[in-house]
Amino acid sequence: MIDWVHPSVFLILGALFLPLFKGKAQRIYIILLPLLALLTVMLMSPGVHGVVNFLGFELIFGRADKLSLAFAYVFSSAALIGAIYALHVKDVSQHVAAFVYAGSSLGATFAGDFLTLFVFWELMAFASVWLIWSRRVKASIEAGYRYLLVHAVGGVVLLAGIIILYVTTGSIRFDALQVRDAAFYLILIGFMLNAAVPPLHAWLTDAYPEATVTGAVFLSAFTTKTAVYALIRAYPGTEVLIWLGTIMALYGVVFAVLANDIRRLLGYHIISQVGYMVAAVGMGTALAINGAVAHAFTHILYKGLLFMGAGAVIQMTGRSKLSELGGIYRYMPVTFVLYMIGGFSISAFPLFSGFVSKSMEVSAAADLHLTWIWLLLTLASAGTFLHTGLKLPYFTFLGEDCGARPTEPPRNMLVAMGIAAFLCVFIGVYPDWLYNMLPHEVDYHPYTATHVVWALQILLFTGLGFFMLVKHLGGSPMISLDLDWFYRKGAGIFMQFVYRVVVPIEDWFIQVYRSVFRGNLALGIKGLWLDKNVIDGAVNAIAAVVVRCAGALRQVQTGQLQHYALVMVGSLLILSLYSLF
Amino acid sequence: MDIGKILESLVNNTRTVKRVSYVVLALTVVIDFFISRHHHVFFWEDIPGFSAVYGFISCVLIVVVSKALGHYWLERSEDYYND
Repeated sequence: MIDWVHPSVFLILGALFLPLFKGKAQRIYIILLPLLALLTVMLMSPGVHGVVNFLGFELIFGRADKLSLAFAYVFSSAALIGAIYALHVKDVSQHVAAFVYAGSSLGATFAGDFLTLFVFWELMAFASVWLIWSRRVKASIEAGYRYLLVHAVGGVVLLAGIIILYVTTGSIRFDALQVRDAAFYLILIGFMLNAAVPPLHAWLTDAYPEATVTGAVFLSAFTTKTAVYALIRAYPGTEVLIWLGTIMALYGVVFAVLANDIRRLLGYHIISQVGYMVAAVGMGTALAINGAVAHAFTHILYKGLLFMGAGAVIQMTGRSKLSELGGIYRYMPVTFVLYMIGGFSISAFPLFSGFVSKSMEVSAAADLHLTWIWLLLTLASAGTFLHTGLKLPYFTFLGEDCGARPTEPPRNMLVAMGIAAFLCVFIGVYPDWLYNMLPHEVDYHPYTATHVVWALQILLFTGLGFFMLVKHLGGSPMISLDLDWFYRKGAGIFMQFVYRVVVPIEDWFIQVYRSVFRGNLALGIKGLWLDKNVIDGAVNAIAAVVVRCAGALRQVQTGQLQHYALVMVGSLLILSLYSLF
Repeated sequence: MDIGKILESLVNNTRTVKRVSYVVLALTVVIDFFISRHHHVFFWEDIPGFSAVYGFISCVLIVVVSKALGHYWLERSEDYYND
């Protein structure tokens, strides 16, 4: 009798058999895999499962407590919704990549030790990049490579932190880190990179808009929220995160004003929203942690819905820029309404899911008397409605007619959007369903008169501001610089320097060498003699020295794992620095 | 119920939609004067209509600051990275 099954088994191993099925059987199989994963999560009993001893390490594959189960629940739901949305896609490799990606995310969520976490963490990066490359255009291929390189560097930093943690404490348990040493900060940087905390965020808004229509829906759900989960697990109450998160919330809002590509705009709002969660992790109180989990949960559903709506528009019109869209509500009314449910949810309108989740984090800031944090987070939530609830839908579906005559997307896409939209409203109306899943006891009541009126005033008067300024808010065919400039342009400038300055100098040396040493044949013969007698002799002598040194060095070898690990970390750091520059 | 037709009629009656919106805006502020407040942390939670003003200012501030940043610093032509 098997008493515990890892849900990733269905998604990762199950996906490998996907190419064996064809036609209708394949479509059934695509739905079946995430459904089985979801059922496994729903039926999972809390406790520590799947403990494996590997080379002296205790690997824990199944730590199931309220925190990991809440995330696993929404991750597997997102996988199911995403699979339905992508059901019409004929490219099997995309389905496989999406499932391996979702499965790795679940694997990371249930990991009880850092090594298991790391393996799934890396698998996520390698599976997800396929969803970007699968669009098969030049921009996607390039963005995918940048995405992969950034995540590779992040992975190396994370691994370095994990190894140092093991060397210093002898433990790789994935729990709250207490001692503020190198391991603490390296792992934090690794997590922050995946959570897209500025200045480590540019990979997200660079790559997500270049992904396939269905791939972006998966991307919007897993990487950043798995990182939020990891931060909650390891860094609750780390105060620096409060400010980093708040800056993040504002950063996304500012850049969303400038975005013209609809999925880039939504990408900046992932950064903004995850900022709330990061800030809440920094606050670390029971209300704040509950808020972060609740917000991540609802965010995955409404952000998925928004990406599905934007993806439907891109697929049916072939356009992705605000400056080229407009007036298509007539042809895609259902998509428009479903998108708006996502828009109202992310904006935290009463009766929608954002209202019952995001407000917990803001209340947590109030409880801690964090005046500025509270004011800035509230300001950012006005920005959220301004962009995702007003600007994007106005200039995409309403506004001036762009001339496009699309139809509604395939039914499976609408069904997936419908499920997400239903959950957004369901959680908004019946928040206790969500609250029962949260890690701490919930004593929070979102529907008080003051809170409802407060939220409506903020949002509706933001709307007033929008319509007063609407003439200046349309998309313009421009892009805005972000920190990816450093590796997109900065690297180019560095290469120019190499070509223009370093290479000519090297050339000059080669010329000198040629004319001085190789010009003369007699010199060459002498050189041969020199080579035979002096250089070979020198080489042999060096070899003898090396053998002797090796003998001496053998004595230095301690056979202690810590020392080897230390050398590995040092080399990794050097390698990572080398790959940076 | 046809969603398309409902949307169409809303778009064709912009004036009515606007009037209704203004009434709703006013109502949210008026109601604010009659709500009993028992729990508060910040002083402004006692000021009726404060969040209306704050929401409006937030919106304008975000637009102005971001547009200025874009105009004077961050915006480039779409081919910038392809050159």
